[in-house]
Amino acid sequence: MPASASLSGLLWRRPAWRVAALISLPAIWFVLFYLAALAAMFVSSFHTVDELSGQIQPGWTLDNFRQLLGDWTYGRIALRTVGIAAAVTLTDGLLAWPFAYVMARYAGPRLRPALMALVMLPLWSSYLARVYAWRLILAHDGALNWLLHGLGLPAASIGYSNWAMWIVFTYLWLPFMILPLFAALERIPPSLLEASSDLGAAGWRTFRRVIVPLAMPGLVAGSIFTFSLTLGDYITPLLVGGPGSDFIGNVVYSNVGVSNNIPFAAAFAVLPLLVMAGYLLIARKLGAFDAL
Amino acid sequence: MKVSMTCLTKAAAMIVSLALPFAQAASAAEPLSAIGKGEGALNIVAWEGYAQDDWVKPFEAKTGCKVNRKYAGSSDEMVALMRSGGGGQYDLVSASGDATLRLIYGHNVQPINIALIPAWTNFIPALQGPSFNTVKGVHYGVSYEWGPNTLLYNTQKVTPVPTSWSVIYDEANKGKITVPDNPIQIADAALYLSKTDPSLGITDPYELTQPQMDAVVTLLKKQRPLIRKYWALASDEIDLFRNGDVTLGAAWPYQTNTLQAAKVPVADTLPTEGVTGWADTWMVSAKSPHPNCAYEWINYVTTPYVQAQQAIYFGETPANTLACAEMDKQQAGSCKQYHADAGASYFDQIHFWKTPLKACGNGQSNCLDYGAWQRAWQEIKG
Amino acid sequence: MRFDLAKTLLWASVIVILLFLFVPVAIIMVYAFSASNIQGWPIQSFSLQWFARTFADDEVRAALFLSVEVAVVATALAMLMGLLAALAVYRLRGPGSEAIAFAVVLPIALPGILTGMALNSYFVLWGINLSFWTIVIGHGTFCTVIVYNNVIARLRRLPPSWAEASGDLGAGPWRTFRLITLPMLGSALGAGALLAFALSFDEVIVTTFTAGAQTTLPLWIFGAIRLGQHLPEVNVVVCVVILLTILPVLLAQRLMGRAALLHK
Repeated sequence: MPASASLSGLLWRRPAWRVAALISLPAIWFVLFYLAALAAMFVSSFHTVDELSGQIQPGWTLDNFRQLLGDWTYGRIALRTVGIAAAVTLTDGLLAWPFAYVMARYAGPRLRPALMALVMLPLWSSYLARVYAWRLILAHDGALNWLLHGLGLPAASIGYSNWAMWIVFTYLWLPFMILPLFAALERIPPSLLEASSDLGAAGWRTFRRVIVPLAMPGLVAGSIFTFSLTLGDYITPLLVGGPGSDFIGNVVYSNVGVSNNIPFAAAFAVLPLLVMAGYLLIARKLGAFDAL
Repeated sequence: MKVSMTCLTKAAAMIVSLALPFAQAASAAEPLSAIGKGEGALNIVAWEGYAQDDWVKPFEAKTGCKVNRKYAGSSDEMVALMRSGGGGQYDLVSASGDATLRLIYGHNVQPINIALIPAWTNFIPALQGPSFNTVKGVHYGVSYEWGPNTLLYNTQKVTPVPTSWSVIYDEANKGKITVPDNPIQIADAALYLSKTDPSLGITDPYELTQPQMDAVVTLLKKQRPLIRKYWALASDEIDLFRNGDVTLGAAWPYQTNTLQAAKVPVADTLPTEGVTGWADTWMVSAKSPHPNCAYEWINYVTTPYVQAQQAIYFGETPANTLACAEMDKQQAGSCKQYHADAGASYFDQIHFWKTPLKACGNGQSNCLDYGAWQRAWQEIKG
Repeated sequence: MRFDLAKTLLWASVIVILLFLFVPVAIIMVYAFSASNIQGWPIQSFSLQWFARTFADDEVRAALFLSVEVAVVATALAMLMGLLAALAVYRLRGPGSEAIAFAVVLPIALPGILTGMALNSYFVLWGINLSFWTIVIGHGTFCTVIVYNNVIARLRRLPPSWAEASGDLGAGPWRTFRLITLPMLGSALGAGALLAFALSFDEVIVTTFTAGAQTTLPLWIFGAIRLGQHLPEVNVVVCVVILLTILPVLLAQRLMGRAALLHK
């Protein structure tokens, strides 16, 4: 194989060429099937749609953005989406700590992979079926109220509400917070913790001064997932939300999948794009990209 | 590896050039002149309950056309699916009267050669060439079945039996109500207002001027805090009634039948203010990849036997007049129950869904079009 | 003593969180045995009829096969591209490298609905009919990033001296890669592929926008939920999928755990 040998020799001598050769296939894919699509979406947000025939009218107009900004309905939807995404991220951040900590510090070499598998397992049981299961739990005559009734407690009326969405989102994305946090905690060398306690730091102080800062990138990495996944969802609001539970995703989905107004959907989709871009820039400062 | 500024600009220009559109001509299809051999597959977009195994399986066995079903819960969704990816994904759609014209004017469906549909001659006259699927004498679809949107209630929790739509606007039923998540629901409120507030001058619930729409929106915004959930999927409403979350709702007969079959104590009624309703049409996509199977399907589901199956299953009225006898054979008394013998007078009572247009029926053009309805609906549900 | 209390509390919260994670899954499994097609709590009567019906349902089978096909193709593409991208980005130096490392994670950091609707309008723009391949394109992109992340994280933790030593001993780059780098990346590649497969197999949002008349398993499940006529079939399918995957997932975790220990 003289040709391949000489090619490989060439790549070996020129490291830049080697990088270029490696990256060309993924780069072409990425530009062709991702960046260009995002750009197309952005461009189409300046178009309009003929309402009867559904044909997209090319051209450059700010009508879609004007309509979004002129109607407080969309502002409320955006605030609701971002607010619940933030609440879910905080809750998952809190819930993930004890679990990831036990996995990294206390679980033995046999238990640890088992716990890991348990965290991953819900990912294999349909997302849709799990959301639907929550509907059965939270309904008026559902499992939760059945249990509360059995305990002699008053019924909870949280089915089909923003509370239901908060619970379900927290449930759905918890594994995505646990895994990177665990990875970050696992990497803290035990010697560091011993040194801290040898120096007289109590358990809590070691936690606050040593563990939390070192686990931060993992936590932020997890929060990117929980925040972004909530921000872009529309199926959970559809299935467990109540009146006034529409997310940005619902408006986007109904404009693409229902009213066929892609330009308007694209214009509204610019908002989560900007929010996530800002979030990612901050996350990068916090070193989350090495922990993703 | 240094990335210079010009390099970045070039890359950006390339990405943008990929994102710029080029024109795409829509093809005008000629109607089929004869039904040829089936293509072995058929992709249909249907309402929930319109493609049940009871008639899909025999159809597949008879024609060899494998049916691939996609359900849609609103006319808007059907239009979007028929247009998705430039059309050509689906062969058939069971479009209601508020979607048909959008599909015709959008060139998304092809003309039908009605001579190839033998059952058509037995249709009730009103559905042989209705204005919502026949334009300038050209048939763009074949009528299927029709029926009313009903008021569904829990027979144990709601007494006395409701006779007016007022119950779904009543503070007393707060948190116990569900209505469809669909802009066309505005027409239901408009119909109610046309009776309760005649001063608004609403004559047709699909032709609303801005002041009339404002009144409807006010009513629906007041209704919002009373709603448990706007149902988007037929199963939403079924679950809401089954699990005791709601006791009243605007519904299709499909939900009533499904709930009654599961022994949930519900019944439906047609309130005195009148009802909206649908008249559905099977339409063939302009870019249908399996037109022969599509015609086979239309012929199969317009036979009296399947018309009767569909009518009983969903709780609606068939277009084919010969279906009445067949219905009574399948379920005694069902012909009368679902009005298959009622004829024109019952048909005229229902305010069938149609696409709201700028042009009102009275020659004026100050009515609100469907885009305005969609925006109003988004504003109502918040 | 105080420390033990903390430890007990930690373990207790682990149990509570596991319950939180698994009660819904348990409910899904229990409803597979419900006789009624409409689901309410508690279950009135039990039956195995839905298992028989599901196994006889050829739509379910077709959807399952399609989902597996999509996931296999998307994961295979992702393994190739993710590995290549990680090897390249790892070697990148200079001002552009930061920007590229930032751009590469976008497909998983940005909400799926953006990817979905962007691809949808992009395909419409070019007049490309939605098909099996458009679904694969949608999935391949985020799967690649999953694999990339796993591989690059491992690369950053590998001592570069190994590859250098191999080079010093006269091994060419291909040989070094095959004999040194690849085996060390193996478990990271495997973990990435497993996660990519799982995410593709269960993906709804991007698929909704990139599928035409094709019905993947999640799309079939959504159809079954919206129809509300044969819901327990959904539960049966999920049960079967869990039972089929529980062993491979456990095994993979153990193998990867062992690999990680070896590297320490």
